[in-house]
Amino acid sequence: MSIEIDRQKCVGCGRCRDVCPGTLIALDTEKRAYIKYPRDCWGCTSCIKECPVCAIRFFLGADMGGMGSRMYTEKHGDILDWLIEKPDGGIVKISVDTRESNKY
Amino acid sequence: MKTEIIKTDILIIGGGTAGCYAAVTAAENSDKKILICEKAHIRRSGCLAAGVNALNAYITEGRTPQDYADYCKKDAAGIARDDLLLTMSERLNAVTERLEKEGLVILKDENGKYVTRGNRNIKINGENIKPLLAGMVSKLPNITVLNRVNIIDISVTDNRVNGAFGIGIENDVFYVIEAGAVLIATGGAAGLYKPNNPGFSRHKMWYCPFNTGAGYAMGIRHGAEMTTFEMRFIALRCKDTIAPTGTLAQGVGAKQINAHGEVYEQKYGLTTSGRVYGTVAENIAGRGPCYLQTKGITHEREQSLLKAYLNMAPSQTLKWLESGTLPSEHNVEIEGTEPYIVGGHTASGFWIDADRATTIKGLYAAGDVAGGAPQKYVTGALAEGGIAAHSMLQYLADGISGTVSGDEISQHECEITHFLSAGAPPYSTEQLEEAMQTVMDSYAGGIKTNYRFSGKSLDEADRRIVQLQELSDSLRAGDAQELMYIYELRERLTVCRTVIAHLKARHETRWHCFAENTDFPERDDEHWNVFVNSRFENGKTEIILRRVNSP
Ligand SMILES: Cc1cc2nc3c(=O)[nH]c(=O)nc-3n(C[C@H](O)[C@H](O)[C@H](O)COP(=O)(O)OP(=O)(O)OC[C@H]3O[C@@H](n4cnc5c(N)ncnc54)[C@H](O)[C@@H]3O)c2cc1C
Repeated sequence: MSIEIDRQKCVGCGRCRDVCPGTLIALDTEKRAYIKYPRDCWGCTSCIKECPVCAIRFFLGADMGGMGSRMYTEKHGDILDWLIEKPDGGIVKISVDTRESNKY
Repeated sequence: MKTEIIKTDILIIGGGTAGCYAAVTAAENSDKKILICEKAHIRRSGCLAAGVNALNAYITEGRTPQDYADYCKKDAAGIARDDLLLTMSERLNAVTERLEKEGLVILKDENGKYVTRGNRNIKINGENIKPLLAGMVSKLPNITVLNRVNIIDISVTDNRVNGAFGIGIENDVFYVIEAGAVLIATGGAAGLYKPNNPGFSRHKMWYCPFNTGAGYAMGIRHGAEMTTFEMRFIALRCKDTIAPTGTLAQGVGAKQINAHGEVYEQKYGLTTSGRVYGTVAENIAGRGPCYLQTKGITHEREQSLLKAYLNMAPSQTLKWLESGTLPSEHNVEIEGTEPYIVGGHTASGFWIDADRATTIKGLYAAGDVAGGAPQKYVTGALAEGGIAAHSMLQYLADGISGTVSGDEISQHECEITHFLSAGAPPYSTEQLEEAMQTVMDSYAGGIKTNYRFSGKSLDEADRRIVQLQELSDSLRAGDAQELMYIYELRERLTVCRTVIAHLKARHETRWHCFAENTDFPERDDEHWNVFVNSRFENGKTEIILRRVNSP
């Protein structure tokens, strides 16, 4: 499981690099973020949550049962939308109100 | 690498849960200079990076701190310190209130009371718990934070701490930090054993893979007394994603069932280790895979679960949705992880007194790195950080400051220069790390042997770990980050040796799976209701047995 960063969308702010608990993300010579050590990602999704332009997507490795989908987030005030894009292009969205606690 | 010397009153190694809270407590109660050195960035580092699902340690209405302490001790089959558990338990609710004041969302009922999950948990939205803590730190002017500084050693003379040494991963600086008091809050150790999925997803483990046991290793190296490293922690988790199971087991009441649909959890006992053991035993008996029985839960509950997992382990929600195995239609498969050393769940770590002082003067420990008090979790780690902060202030009241000798500085500079110099090592750091994990997996009770080991297999493990330690001298790094990887590997190897020595010392099986000794398969209360402690001296791990209840 790991992440991929969209070079086109990345604005080079470096926030993902800052927050990665494993120091796995770097900026290239054109100030675009990339994951330097993809196999060392813990899957914590910190980078995804910090990215201001939704350029980072998360996926499960095939070795842990991944089916090729990509997950990313969009923020709208207190609402955090989690979007899952399936290989066939279908999108599933779950909205989480960050002011609400877990029910379980 | 250029050398920079910094002076501070209090140095906190690791800006995680315990470290941040200790810094805040010390800053709010004094005008001392406080420095946090954090290998990542305090905003999202350590165990809390992904968020947590509940506060697992809380004194609910009608219960007392003593009840919580008793529960922890019972779950650990008696090997836990009453004084540590009680002083921690007494503070669980105060730290919770503080978190709420800082903005943590906690579920309340119509009367404004926290909604509990079982007897000891409360329900929260724990996604942003680490940014909250980091925010508290940044408001206090007497705390300085050095992010991306990996501490590689502490400075100790005549059993007194004087500071620490670190490497700036991004700025190529070798830091010498002189401090009157030092708190180790580096968390536990992951990555000692081969993980469930050793390939592409090798870091999809339960414990934070970036907590590499640095704090334990620094203490061991300088002869600090350590306790209960044989009580390893193995988490029972959702298969592959290693997502927490408590939300399913306690949240929606899902039972552990085998492949035939039989509930097996009662058969093996409901302790933390018993639940793992039962799952292993059912698999060995050919009745696996095992599951949490979620099939049939309502649509509404399922929707809540999907959201709850997004707040703490998003990979589980992704897995459910992309593989079409929604929990209302499919039971959730569970498995045991590889073993970790983590004092916030079991009792392994520094041997400390009720002030959270280690056996090295001026050196304190809190959180997962501190031993003797299992089941601390987030709130317990915060509580210990708070206690340690007050103790350090008291210690510093005598006007103590630290000075690091020039000899020690040049010794560390030499070592760093050696690793950064040109060379042709026979193996890479990654290869040696894999070798270490294979050794531990095969001979020291990893997943491969269903967590079982014998005295003979441990001897083999130790022999090979020593070889790997020797090989690690030849490693070379191209930059500061690779240098950190070398140090992380060497820390883990040091911790491995202590784990092996402790596993070997306890001649019984007190906790199934956590320490499953095939030479001594039974529990032996007559002889082994004791702490197995150790001190590393002159290249050897000396075992010290200490009575339970006598700190
Ligand atoms: C996946 C997961 C889920 C959990 N869920 C829950 C839950 O729902 N509820 C609950 O109550 N508890 C939960 N826990 C337990 C709880 O999170 C931990 O017990 C607690 O956070 C540990 O705090 P700590 O300060 O000891 O470690 P951490 O918070 O991990 O802090 C250690 C810090 O030290 C830094 N560090 C490490 N080595 C060095 C070094 N050499 N130099 C400098 N810095 C260093 C790390 O980067 C990190 O920031 C969970 C734990 C995990 C791993």
